[in-house]
Amino acid sequence: MLAGKIMLQSGAETYRVEDTMNRIASTYGLPNAQSYATPTGINFSIDMSEVTNFMRISNRSTDLHKIAEVNNISRMFAAGEIELKNALSMLESVDGDTSTFSVWLQVMAAAFVSGCFTIMFGGIWADFIPSFIVGGIAFAGMLWFERLVEIRFIAEFFASFIIGVLTLAIMDSGIGVDMDKIIIGAVMPLVPGLHITNAVRDLMAGHLVAGLSKGVEAVLTAFAIGAGIAVVFGLF
Amino acid sequence: MTILAQLVTSFIAAAGFGILFNAPRKALLQCGLVGMLGWILYYVLVLQEMDVVPATVLASMLVGALCQICAKVYKTPVIIFIVSGIIPLVPGGSAYDAMRNFVENDYFTAVQLSAKVMLLAGGIAIGLMFSEVVKQMIQKWSWKQTGD
Repeated sequence: MLAGKIMLQSGAETYRVEDTMNRIASTYGLPNAQSYATPTGINFSIDMSEVTNFMRISNRSTDLHKIAEVNNISRMFAAGEIELKNALSMLESVDGDTSTFSVWLQVMAAAFVSGCFTIMFGGIWADFIPSFIVGGIAFAGMLWFERLVEIRFIAEFFASFIIGVLTLAIMDSGIGVDMDKIIIGAVMPLVPGLHITNAVRDLMAGHLVAGLSKGVEAVLTAFAIGAGIAVVFGLF
Repeated sequence: MTILAQLVTSFIAAAGFGILFNAPRKALLQCGLVGMLGWILYYVLVLQEMDVVPATVLASMLVGALCQICAKVYKTPVIIFIVSGIIPLVPGGSAYDAMRNFVENDYFTAVQLSAKVMLLAGGIAIGLMFSEVVKQMIQKWSWKQTGD
């Protein structure tokens, strides 16, 4: 159950979550375990007519490191290399683990991603620096704002608002050349590209509820970003 | 020269996304390489005046295949490589464009662009599914061989 929770919070696909939980259960000697995962909750019961456990998943992010760790543990457990108790304590330590890359490094990564996407979408090198700066600041703004407000869409709206204002300022000062390329580069760290792809994958794998809800999440995020930019254009 | 620039930028972009998604540190290099190869295939195909949708399908097939190999070799879940490898192909730019047109009241362009985004996302999914199916077929086949 804990394995499932960590994996869902870290943004694993639903079928991977169900598969992992069933595998652990069958190693434990429960061949008929039932699991049902959606992006917002997991149901798990030991057998058809046994008690069902339910867990609500409230906040989701993307943390590939945790997915890899949980996967490792479940594999070791399934192979009989570790005991149930050890596996549980290992999972708990993964759950409490907050080791991410430092904020500074994340912002730098976002900045580089922005700059590089500007080039990849056919921008010129003169636009690399503006988009680098704008993307970095906007991502830092989103991280900061996410701590203040629980609602993710507001943070994304705010970040793209920053992008809009900064880009306009850069264009006014005459440094930037192609405004659209700078903006597209700078929003790339924010756009829900992963959600769109994951949604379609889940839909095709037959997880209709999960696929649809992820798709809605992606559309809402894209809408927040578009609205943030549009508000800036509307104001100035 | 432009291809060289594309190689470098797509590598940095894919690896950078690996950092944003908190990928395991030792997987970052492979993430970048997978993303780079996928993007270059897409870029070259589009330069040959292929349509973007089939180009995306082919490129994501390549990314999927590379990711399966990486996952096998490094014994990590395949999603770690897929997420950052596929990022350059994801139609984030067009999704943003579509939304911007929606909020600017230009519905005609917006619907057109959204349809394209849906097609591209579907193309990526098909490419990834294809590599997964091939992997499963190989697995079943080799299992049968040893089972006899």
